[in-house]
Amino acid sequence: MSARSDSQARSIGKGISRIASAGLTCPVPAGAVDCVLLGHGSGGKLSAALLAERFLPRFGNDVLAQLGDAAIVEVPGDRMAVSTDSFVVSPLEFPGGNIGHLAVHGTVNDLAMMGAEPLYLSAGFILEEGLPFDVLDRVLDSMAEAASEAGVIVITGDTKVVERGKADGMFINTTGIGSLDSTFRPGPDRARAGDAVIVSGPIGAHGVAIMAARDDLGFEVEVRSDTACLAPLVRSLREVCGESVHVLRDPTRGGVASALNEIAASSGVGVRLDEGSLPFPDPVRAVCEILGLDPLYVANEGILVAIVEEDAADDAVTALRSHAEGSSAVRVGTITEDRPGFVVLTTGLGVSRIVDMLPGDQLPRIC
Amino acid sequence: MKYVSEYRDPELARSLIDRILATASRPRVLMEVCGGQTHTIVRQGLQELLRGAVDMIHGPGCPVCVTPLEQIDRALHLAARPDVIFTSFGDMLRVPGSDGDLLQVRARGGEVRVVYSPLDALEIARAQPDREVVFFAVGFETTAPANAMAVWRARELGVSNFSVLVSHVTVPPAIRAILDAPDNRVEAFLAAGHVCTVMGWKEYEPLVEEYGVPIVVTGFESVDILEGIYMAIRQLEEGRAEVENQYVRSVRRAGNEPAQELVSKVFVPVDRKWRGIGEIPQSGLGLREEFAAFDAEKRFQLESIRTSEPEACMAGDVLRGRIKPFECPAFGDECTPERPLGAPMVSSEGACAAYYNYARFQQQPSAETA
Repeated sequence: MSARSDSQARSIGKGISRIASAGLTCPVPAGAVDCVLLGHGSGGKLSAALLAERFLPRFGNDVLAQLGDAAIVEVPGDRMAVSTDSFVVSPLEFPGGNIGHLAVHGTVNDLAMMGAEPLYLSAGFILEEGLPFDVLDRVLDSMAEAASEAGVIVITGDTKVVERGKADGMFINTTGIGSLDSTFRPGPDRARAGDAVIVSGPIGAHGVAIMAARDDLGFEVEVRSDTACLAPLVRSLREVCGESVHVLRDPTRGGVASALNEIAASSGVGVRLDEGSLPFPDPVRAVCEILGLDPLYVANEGILVAIVEEDAADDAVTALRSHAEGSSAVRVGTITEDRPGFVVLTTGLGVSRIVDMLPGDQLPRIC
Repeated sequence: MKYVSEYRDPELARSLIDRILATASRPRVLMEVCGGQTHTIVRQGLQELLRGAVDMIHGPGCPVCVTPLEQIDRALHLAARPDVIFTSFGDMLRVPGSDGDLLQVRARGGEVRVVYSPLDALEIARAQPDREVVFFAVGFETTAPANAMAVWRARELGVSNFSVLVSHVTVPPAIRAILDAPDNRVEAFLAAGHVCTVMGWKEYEPLVEEYGVPIVVTGFESVDILEGIYMAIRQLEEGRAEVENQYVRSVRRAGNEPAQELVSKVFVPVDRKWRGIGEIPQSGLGLREEFAAFDAEKRFQLESIRTSEPEACMAGDVLRGRIKPFECPAFGDECTPERPLGAPMVSSEGACAAYYNYARFQQQPSAETA
């Protein structure tokens, strides 16, 4: 215990000097520290201060300000979309973003993939004792910024603090609510033979950025996570292609290969990919070559896979390219009647091979 | 991507395929020794394109696949010990032992870490002097120099909490065992380019002479492999049997001599069991007596752990080239990458997994081609 007290004392000292050096004149509460303490989850004064100083100023809105046991909101239309996702990424911050961006984009994008217009978010935080406040602040800033860009508000939330060693810095869960347009209903089971398969941008950037950010690899590659809100891309697709958009998916964990396998299984169709058309950025290729990984299975956080009617394919690509996030949108394949349930890739030599689901995580090869 | 895309150029590949098809007077049986080559052949569908001219048999060159069950069981035993940090290359983690795999040991609380180099494992040992750090030293001659270096450095630095569980194997004795088998069909070999980067090709010259079998040192990209096949076919058609080098950008006859020297200072040839094949005399590397302090088998008294292979698995016949993976009754039913019976279904370089992942359609008529 004494060791911890010492380090706490040091933290407190550092915290005070940091605040002092920032030239703040407001009264510093007694026991000011620069990291999360177990007491911040106690429900007492520290909890209230955490909420009042760090969360509410960033997410402030009329609904959240009520601070009731539940948020009361209106949702247009008679049906709504709800999606939940938990975020446990390590490291918390990486080139191109942090866990806060992911926590907003991940859930907002899931709503958008079902054709919903994202409106509201809940946010649950599990904080590890000792998490530096400057990290928490940066994550919360990113969440607030991402939510504002996506046009959603955080209407309810929760924070818990767990002992050191019981969480990896912080975990975030978000649940999103979106309104549905009755005529725009993309779904994973709606792919039809003859449809075009389109991806909205370069494949594999997020997963490779995370791998490179983990210090055990010692890579220096200029790959930034592609984390982005995809709702504007979906809006354009809805406006330009409407009901011709059959399936939308954001190929996160498991990558493009897993997303397409799930679509093939749900829709009872085959997917044929053309190897030469797949947009893998060179640094992604290079890292994957070194580690023996396949970029088709690497996670993405800012691209979508769209399956649209053949006649609408060119318009869909053009619509996607009107956005910065979709500027390299490209058609990569076709839905087939042949080999239902399978994703088949045509290699540069004109031979077909299966692109299967992975049994687990990709494991780096020996040689 | 430079230095890779040139060797995957479809135009070049097609012209080599045409030359192979035009040169082979009858279907020739070739074996690629290395799992990395198997991966490319199956992934790129080269087999399909060479049908009628070449029958590729996938050799025992995946280190993950040939590491004997017994050694996996020893690894599982070590990794479960609370005083041990067990370090390994990534793809060993899913290799099934008699009771689970390293991923399951980790889930139950064992400390298992993926490293990319044995020297990283040594660093962990230096950083955590109160824990025993064991590195799973598997692989062919390719990984032997780095593993030798880790042991050498450990002794130099006086690191007393570092040891290696050695399961090294070497290529030439395996080629000899295949050629000595009474039902051998292999007419020529593609030798593994990276093994030869370290070892050179001098040790293949006696094999060529003794057995009259062409051996072509070959790289790993599609154009490399097709060129290697073409060179082997030409030798067969012209009645020659020589060691030739396709992988000139990496391999020279003498190999990497400083690496060889280090390997022979730390390791000594030993008899070694190969998963699915059994014991091949002098086919492995073990630590020299003076490095016994770094031998995990001795340090943790693992010799008593002895196990035998499951009977349903025909990995031995696959690795010897007697059957194609899909001819095994367990393939795709009892044995899949999710629930592998034998090691060739585990690593993406394993012949069974390569077929399962990329080429299941080769056994099923497709609606397009039927």
